[in-house]
Amino acid sequence: MLNRFLSFARALRDAGVPVAISEDLDAMRALAHVPMEDRDTFRATLSTTMLKNEAHRPAFDTLFDLYFGTGRGPEALAEADSQLPEGSEDEYLDDLFGALLAGDGDRIRELARQAVARFGRVESERAGSPYFEYRVFRVIDMNVLLGRMMREQDPDLSPLEERLWRDEFEQRLRRFREEVQGEVRRRLAEHKGPEQVARHAVRALPEDLDFVRATRDEILQLRRSIRPLARRLATRLAMKRKHARKGRLDVRKTVRASLSTGGVPFDTRYKHRSVHKPELFLLCDISGSVAAFARFTLMFVHAFQAQFSRVRSFVFVDTLDEVTHLFEHEDFLVAVDRMNSEADVVWLDGHSDYGTSLKRFMERAGRDVGPKASVLILGDARNNYREPAAWVVKELQKAAKRVFWLNPEPKMYWDTGDSVASEYARYADGMIEVRNLRQLEEFIARVV
Amino acid sequence: MTYRFGSVPEVVEALGKAEYLSDESIATVVYLAERLGKPVLVEGPAGTGKTELAKAVSRALGANLIRLQCYEGLDEAKALYEWNYKKQLLRIQAEQGREMSWEDVETNIFTEDFLLERPLLAAIRAPDPTVLLIDEIDKVDFEFEGLLLELLSDFQVTIPEMGTIVASAHPFVFLTSNNTRELSEALKRRCLYLYLDYPDIEREREIVLRRVPEVPETLADQIVRIVRSIRQLELKKAPSIAETLDWARTLVHLGISELDADAAQITLSALIKFRTDMEKVAAHLKVPPKPGLN
Repeated sequence: MLNRFLSFARALRDAGVPVAISEDLDAMRALAHVPMEDRDTFRATLSTTMLKNEAHRPAFDTLFDLYFGTGRGPEALAEADSQLPEGSEDEYLDDLFGALLAGDGDRIRELARQAVARFGRVESERAGSPYFEYRVFRVIDMNVLLGRMMREQDPDLSPLEERLWRDEFEQRLRRFREEVQGEVRRRLAEHKGPEQVARHAVRALPEDLDFVRATRDEILQLRRSIRPLARRLATRLAMKRKHARKGRLDVRKTVRASLSTGGVPFDTRYKHRSVHKPELFLLCDISGSVAAFARFTLMFVHAFQAQFSRVRSFVFVDTLDEVTHLFEHEDFLVAVDRMNSEADVVWLDGHSDYGTSLKRFMERAGRDVGPKASVLILGDARNNYREPAAWVVKELQKAAKRVFWLNPEPKMYWDTGDSVASEYARYADGMIEVRNLRQLEEFIARVV
Repeated sequence: MTYRFGSVPEVVEALGKAEYLSDESIATVVYLAERLGKPVLVEGPAGTGKTELAKAVSRALGANLIRLQCYEGLDEAKALYEWNYKKQLLRIQAEQGREMSWEDVETNIFTEDFLLERPLLAAIRAPDPTVLLIDEIDKVDFEFEGLLLELLSDFQVTIPEMGTIVASAHPFVFLTSNNTRELSEALKRRCLYLYLDYPDIEREREIVLRRVPEVPETLADQIVRIVRSIRQLELKKAPSIAETLDWARTLVHLGISELDADAAQITLSALIKFRTDMEKVAAHLKVPPKPGLN
């Protein structure tokens, strides 16, 4: 048991979840107080002592199931499988349909287990792992099931009720899919040991997701994490301002105030320090080569504009346009739509042209960049062998307080091919590799 | 040492009597907090019953609740203790005619009489069982977090002029956070962690039925299903439990016993507080959804 617990803790750390030694000890002390045979209590005990960030919950749950849901070996699986109910595929599907329609959670879990055992198995044992999720869903078409469930409802349903039922059924189907995924992992772990599976089973934590490689779901997830990040940044800046407000004792004012109390300094007065609001210029490459990154960039712009009053945003491909007014719209998707139809960013061929874009920025807004402003440029600096116009960055650096360049490419690819990263980096206050939220947060923490 | 809660199910029951509907994981955390003598850090979106949990525990234990509401710029003087400067000054002024040595004056003005007790000190000095609620800890600055660290690990405070004050009984501590910023690892390490999300549909229905008993069961069912559907949208502010309850009360007052799209539309303002959100929700509830899983 102890060994299993320790390797579970190690797997958590390997996945990037920070678990301190003292938290291991807390967990063990806590386990002495709860009945271990109750799985839910056991899970709750470990999670409250070892997991301190909700974003890490999926990783925790996956690993928990791997380490504490297995351990009986492949033989036990085979034995359990030998007791599977007989019946044709259609009978199984009817069974599943019934369970989903009734919303019977235990039955759904049991059927997910059967589904993996019956349909998920690949007969050739040569393949590293004998179970696959995709094979299950080749037999079970979730959309067909959903349609069948909706047809089962009263045809005169109002749209509202239809919406609610659909939400409910989708929820149940998602649950079924999760059970299947869990079961596949569990079976793999029985075959190969949890350590082998753990390494691949856990998806990247939200802060480690690579912007460029993120899937659609993950991008959505990113969008949810970016808003708090911008808010955090805003609070941080606001706090700096508040801090500065209460300065040193103002002797002159205090003495002046003490006159009304007969010279006794009853009311103490303090000096106020003036702190300016941060001014920010954002320049974002939204060309195809950084499409995935651009999506993220735009989220960033949108979140920033919602938090800061003095942000001006520009986007470019081979020429540049200001989009500040478009991103004032509260809804991100609407803002992006409007940008796509209204912003004038393609001039020639739609391949990035940093040189032209930077020059255009200089023309349009160069004069507004003052000594209090910070300029952030987001892009991969792949200039399609065009003229880089690095002098613009140099000028900006002179005029502005700071100029930073955030590059979504791994550092090792900078200056390869048509990338002119170092030409720009020379003049900026820093070119920083930002491929995930963790790096972005580090950058923000350092700069602000 | 005697414990007030004998087991996890006992916690569920005690909280239930204190009008708080908990579940297995909430009860486990509360139970362990007492056993291990550790503070509980409760995180989650606004309006999921974080503060309410602390209040319920204080009711269940029959303990006093001491609450420290955090805000930006909160400092030691407002949270821990402060010397009453003006009163001290008055005292010195009053003594001015008389012959008094420096020591006399000093011992005179640094006594209990001149000490302004703030919530943290109050919680530590309280002789009776106490629940200390530090609300919205994410609003304070890093420096203040440092102060809390010391307090939460040793449950003692040092006042230079008076000496160290040690808690006679460990207070039950809850910290809540809306996650507007990441708390320090050190603070998190010292706490048990509880994430309170929006309740699942069954639990929310229970809450509605219990808190607004006039609601018929079918209506409660509809209410929580619509609320869940709305929470899936990306809104500026998703409806909280309190707002669900407000909505339920509104419907009861209007004598609506079954919801249809129109009735929902008219009363939505109890649930949704932003105009743009309102438009989104209205569109969401009106248009039949596109087929296909998301």
